[in-house]
Amino acid sequence: MAFAHKHFISTKVLSREDIDLILTTAQSFKEINQRDIKKVPTLRGKSIINLFYENSTRTRTSFELAGKRMSADTINITSASSSVTKGETLEDTAKNIEAMDADIIVMRHPASGAPDYLAQRLSRCAVINAGDGAHEHPSQAMLDLMTIKEHKGTLEGLVVAIIGDIARSRVARSDLYALRTMGATVRLAGPATMLPPGLDTLGAEVYTDINAAIKDADVIIMLRIQLEREGGSKLLPTKREYAQFFALNPGNLKLAKPDAIVMHPGPLNRGVEISSYVADGKQNVILEQVENGVAVRMALLYLLAGGSDA
Amino acid sequence: MKTIIKNGRVIDPAQNIDAILDVVINAGRIESIAAQVKPADDDKVIDATGLLVTPGLVDIHVHLRDPGYEYKEDIVSGTRAAAAGGFTSVACMPNTNPSNDNKAITRYMIQKAQLEGYANVFPICSITKGQKGDSLVEMGDLKLAGCVGFSDDGLNVEDGAMLRHAMEYAQGFDMPIIAHSEDESIKDGGVMNEGPLSTELGLTGNPWVSEAASVARDIMLAELTGARLHICHISSKRTVELVREAKQRGVRVTCEVTPHHFTLTEEAVRGYEVNAKVGPPLRTAADVAAMKEGLQDGTIDAIATDHAPHHIDDKNMEFIYAAFGMIGLETALPLALRLVDEGVLTLNEVIACLSCKPAGVLRIPRGTLNVGAVADIALIDLEHTWEVTRQSIRSRSFNTPFEQQGMKGKAVMTLRAGEVVHKEI
Repeated sequence: MAFAHKHFISTKVLSREDIDLILTTAQSFKEINQRDIKKVPTLRGKSIINLFYENSTRTRTSFELAGKRMSADTINITSASSSVTKGETLEDTAKNIEAMDADIIVMRHPASGAPDYLAQRLSRCAVINAGDGAHEHPSQAMLDLMTIKEHKGTLEGLVVAIIGDIARSRVARSDLYALRTMGATVRLAGPATMLPPGLDTLGAEVYTDINAAIKDADVIIMLRIQLEREGGSKLLPTKREYAQFFALNPGNLKLAKPDAIVMHPGPLNRGVEISSYVADGKQNVILEQVENGVAVRMALLYLLAGGSDA
Repeated sequence: MKTIIKNGRVIDPAQNIDAILDVVINAGRIESIAAQVKPADDDKVIDATGLLVTPGLVDIHVHLRDPGYEYKEDIVSGTRAAAAGGFTSVACMPNTNPSNDNKAITRYMIQKAQLEGYANVFPICSITKGQKGDSLVEMGDLKLAGCVGFSDDGLNVEDGAMLRHAMEYAQGFDMPIIAHSEDESIKDGGVMNEGPLSTELGLTGNPWVSEAASVARDIMLAELTGARLHICHISSKRTVELVREAKQRGVRVTCEVTPHHFTLTEEAVRGYEVNAKVGPPLRTAADVAAMKEGLQDGTIDAIATDHAPHHIDDKNMEFIYAAFGMIGLETALPLALRLVDEGVLTLNEVIACLSCKPAGVLRIPRGTLNVGAVADIALIDLEHTWEVTRQSIRSRSFNTPFEQQGMKGKAVMTLRAGEVVHKEI
């Protein structure tokens, strides 16, 4: 079976079959990463450009390793070292990359919709969205689903609570669509200033009391809170108050199912949205997410480069 | 030598005329309107059989980008677009570069339109110098130069005392204040309507309350000062209600709606469609319905385009970075005519909202076919179907969400002071 999409931009457009294909393919690649010699020739001769307009350590490294372990040539372009600062348009930058016969562009961009924009304008290159504004981060969703499935065996019927700054979270949106497609219930929770309108129409249950969201959940995904100023902002008074009402700690974690797993897309703000006791506790699967991230991205590169499951 | 427009269906809402009549033009003015006029040998006859003959349309909200942004539009190309849309008079906003806050630029605009343009230009000057919000322009002097109103359009006058005093001062010269009412702090960087779709697209939302709250303030300041207040491009249901209620209380307030705000919903933004990025934003189906109700009961006085040409280089980019605005002069008439098909307005009401009513808002001496009036006339073919393409649009810019869409209804001839400025029959 071949992947039904030319680009990988949003989980909203993925079918159950699409997601199953990605997860199955990723599972088969995971073993490569555990070998002594972590390299296969599958994508030899393919060129992959990581075009990052926002800082990222984890996602960029994960995509780069994924490409390299499949023997593709991977090049990183970050905003500091590109023509971005010279005022070149995104279209011009991308068309130049395409003119060098790149096969896949993996892009992170602060503007929601930037990958859609690119995909509409490129004729040969496939586009992978590595996070666009507050829109989507679909590869994160795939690695989240893979991790959940490894622990729970299925996604159908699970209750997944996602807690934090939902308004600015592309992870929450991508997780929501993918999990709903796979038959899970999704609860989105956070301070009311961080819950945008219409989440219910997108298929979520919405909570401002995180204890209610955690109650009997199978999976808890905590999101990073970005509070630039110590003194608070229009959205939040203080980190202290956030930690008091919206953090996951050993006390409220007990409200979840006993076998619930705890996830976080990283980087962690220990002591803010997640207590270190939980982040390092036995229910946490945070590093498994990171490990699965490489396998998922290998699968995505492989499927978009034209591969099908064996 | 006279010009006689024969056998057309003459609609002049200002005089309650709707009949098959002939219009006689002499020396650039309407000489008479009568049935079965016998032309003299040297008279020029225009056969308008099957066409509407209406006052030249009046658009009280356009951006002509001249001086300063001629790569987007200038007074020649913008008035050419106006004439092609049936408009013979446009009121242009002051956000040029330099901005129109002085007599020299006001006169430049009027004269360039007279010498090289295809429609009359009635400049709207800024309220504050350079639209910076901190000191009043010379309103009296600008009125003498031909300015028809004051607006910092595109920007809200955030300072309440500034706006209050602008209203008082303008009122002293019997001039209207034209408000782009959006509270910037509530808008908070929003780039589309706030709602489920902005959440889905991950775009910052601009809620209806940014407009309604600001309109409420402006209405109360107008109430306090007794000034004439005209509210630009209203977009939300709540705003219509506020204006309706203010009018009932006798506040001197008028308002306009754009064709896009009564035609499109926020769904047009889906796919990060930059040509549907406009300020105020396209809103919901309920808001669109409220615009139609407002037009129906007269709460909304005028249809105005907010014609906002942008070069492709200002639009072809990531949605959040793209400029706000769309062109409108050439699609306004067919979009307004859809209101007739939908049973929202009668044909006469649509013509009124595009001629005598907007002219009345800014007291522009146009918009009627009165005997003695300047012979600004549009000949409209209601059955003419056409497609919005780069080739069919005269504006220098082509930022329209109606690209490739079919339109029905077209001004097939436009006359300014009796001279043909647009012709496609």
